[in-house]
Amino acid sequence: MAALINVPSKARRGDIIEIRTLTSHIMETGFRHTADGKLVPRDIITSFACRYNGTEIFRADLFPAIAANPYLSFFTVAKDSGKFEFEWIGDNGYSTTASASITVE
Amino acid sequence: MNAPVTRRNAVLGVAVAATSLAAPSILRAQSAGRVVVVGGGFGGAACARALKRADARVQVTLIEPNKTYISCPFSNEVIAGLREIEVQQFGYDRLGAAGITVVAQAATAIDAQKRRVTTGDGTAFGYDRLVLSPGIDFHLEALPGYDEAASETMPHAWKAGAQTLLLRRQLEAMPDGGTVAIAIPANPSRCPPAPYERAGLIAHYLKTKKPRSKVLILDAKDTFSLQRLFEQAWKELYGDMIERVALSQGGRVTAIDAAARTIVTEFGNYTPDVANVIPPQRAGRIAGVAGVADATGWCPIDPVTFESKLVPNVHVIGDACLGGGIPKSASAAITQGKAGAAAIVSLLAGRTPEAPRLTGVCYSTVAPGYSFSLAGNYQPRGDIFAEVEGSATSPVDAPRELRAREADEAERWFQAITADCFG
Repeated sequence: MAALINVPSKARRGDIIEIRTLTSHIMETGFRHTADGKLVPRDIITSFACRYNGTEIFRADLFPAIAANPYLSFFTVAKDSGKFEFEWIGDNGYSTTASASITVE
Repeated sequence: MNAPVTRRNAVLGVAVAATSLAAPSILRAQSAGRVVVVGGGFGGAACARALKRADARVQVTLIEPNKTYISCPFSNEVIAGLREIEVQQFGYDRLGAAGITVVAQAATAIDAQKRRVTTGDGTAFGYDRLVLSPGIDFHLEALPGYDEAASETMPHAWKAGAQTLLLRRQLEAMPDGGTVAIAIPANPSRCPPAPYERAGLIAHYLKTKKPRSKVLILDAKDTFSLQRLFEQAWKELYGDMIERVALSQGGRVTAIDAAARTIVTEFGNYTPDVANVIPPQRAGRIAGVAGVADATGWCPIDPVTFESKLVPNVHVIGDACLGGGIPKSASAAITQGKAGAAAIVSLLAGRTPEAPRLTGVCYSTVAPGYSFSLAGNYQPRGDIFAEVEGSATSPVDAPRELRAREADEAERWFQAITADCFG
């Protein structure tokens, strides 16, 4: 299970809808040391983006202070039926995508 | 109270004031003080008894609307059909016999200026020190769609009594192959290991009577108390019967649709055959009335005296107080009740209370003859209690004989704490 998303399957045109996302990630800060004194390398998600029918509607930059398994929720206006695409990018070439469709009446 | 000032009582007032200035110790000797305790659970009962034992001259009044107390510890066994509710019930006769005035009314108002508690029938009780031990209330604004009516179809069973029996009847009525969901709130909440104990005991009932059924935990937490012990026991005893959806898997319940008997989480809906919804919690109602609860819904206290940080002369013990490291359990409430009583007796006598050392122990049972325990020691540190050395948890990899022995100890512990408070 890489990512969870919650987008309403239906909405009326002009409705304000809530979108929720959660992705499983350790979000290792890069500031911690192991018992033998070695630095634990940073391993975080650095950016998140959401596109609605190809147009970016939300973007977030993430930093080491953000807890494991980042949960992001935000709002948008339901304009047209179509597709939401989500993308998480992070250290060590981390990349996850997810998508959800909506019917706008 | 508001008698007109006549020459006579004006003169009397002066005389009393003069006497108390001249000889306060003599006045104290005649009346060691009045303490009103609101709430007759483990904390309140333990506190009332400890006050009377410490100084028999202290006038102790216990205000509790229920004539019978129903113990939450071991009520999960009642849900699973392993125990009857009658053995969970305790009365206040022995407290009355010990010289405590037991008032079977609900406290409805508190006047901190006049140091007076009013009960539902309009009677007022003056106090020098007030102890509030109101336990928890449900924070229903935090769970849209859940209310008392919803709890009749989707029981919380988080206050022992009719709700306990309702959940039991629902389990008994459920066909084999059904799903029992348990919605668990974030901390702080009453008795942190208890939802997981409940999951195990329900699984025991299902394995025995309805083996194709399962337990689904929807959890607002990622990690929980005694997690390794529970998870190991679930696997050992019940295989895959118990499934848990943690916070980071979308387990946090955000709303209830009672009409559809549906539990709504952040990422999905569940309509189980039996829904046990444990709502988010806050300090019992009277804490809000008294003004001792803060924005968290709980009551900040001075951990040495249990006196409220918000209202003077009011002490808060048990689940309702912000205890920091000390969990909200019956055992913790008892130790707080006793420590609070000792502090109050000192304060009434004009002495400085000593910092208490609190100990709490709690047993969790996963199946008949299979229990483990958590024993903790706590001391004031800053504004809260911190766990100190000497705490002990049952080992994770232990022979079944140890689990069986701890199950016997759990039963003896229950007998001991109920005798301590009510017997």
